[in-house]
Amino acid sequence: MFKAIITVKLRPSILDPEGKAIEHALQSLDFRQLSGVRVGKEIELTVDTTDRSEAGDMVDAACRKLLANPVMEDYTIELQEL
Amino acid sequence: MAGMKFGVVVFPGSNCDHDAYHAVKHVLGENVDFLWHKEHDLRGVDVVILPGGFSYGDYLRCGAISQFSAIMKEVIRHAERGGHVIGICNGFQILAETGLLPGALLRNRSLKFVCKSVHLRVENAETAFTRRYTQGDVLHIPVAHGEGNFYTDSETLRELEENGQVVFRYVDADGAVTREANPNGSLNNIAGIINRHGNVLGMMPHPERAVENLLGSADGLGVFASLVETITGSVPVLS
Repeated sequence: MFKAIITVKLRPSILDPEGKAIEHALQSLDFRQLSGVRVGKEIELTVDTTDRSEAGDMVDAACRKLLANPVMEDYTIELQEL
Repeated sequence: MAGMKFGVVVFPGSNCDHDAYHAVKHVLGENVDFLWHKEHDLRGVDVVILPGGFSYGDYLRCGAISQFSAIMKEVIRHAERGGHVIGICNGFQILAETGLLPGALLRNRSLKFVCKSVHLRVENAETAFTRRYTQGDVLHIPVAHGEGNFYTDSETLRELEENGQVVFRYVDADGAVTREANPNGSLNNIAGIINRHGNVLGMMPHPERAVENLLGSADGLGVFASLVETITGSVPVLS
């Protein structure tokens, strides 16, 4: 069994207005050295297999089909053995 | 004169389904059925309307989960056979998720849900959905969405523009494309697009909410009347 942690973010070329709003708030709180805020979401799920590469392929297929929209989002997958 | 039938798909969370039903049934006097999302049969409808709302709570992404519902398999098949499909607001988001239309609808640039009447310019009046209009007509139609910011890569955008697939654009009252007239940050002020084949249209504004003067505007009725004319070949008499 694996736990998959999937991070989905807007692609770098796309303006992230939520990230911008947070960045402005940070600036106004005097966090002058913090910038480049991007907001994404994290999805956790369990994969029922003992084969790491099969687990990776399955989660990748799920990302492409449903969990992320490649038109606007990029994703990364981290697998942890349970 | 041949009859025709509209079908309004109802997802859990649809909330403009009855408005669309009212527009075609009571204002235009055409046949219309509601189609529940679990159904596997379009019951012979000629035009599928994917209405506005928050299908499946907008979970994951707007339209992301609806695209895999039972009825959508049939809607995709209908579209691939050349059948007419119109997606309004959430319906447009669903069509973009299925890939029947290119691009995606991102969070509004303002981060705010925008609910107001806007002006739209008809950019292409030679479609099955707009033949009752004249190119350049400025329509007064409401928008109500939080994710209507149309985005696509620059190559697709160029193709959409070159092929006349941009059907509606946000403009000011004089018909000018301005940044101020753009309620959500959409590229090139795009409010509605059509697929290359010309049988699938998606738009963020709500024509079904502008079908009677009592509602403040009847400018949206032309979309549904155009479809009737396309399918039946006869011109509906509008009061």
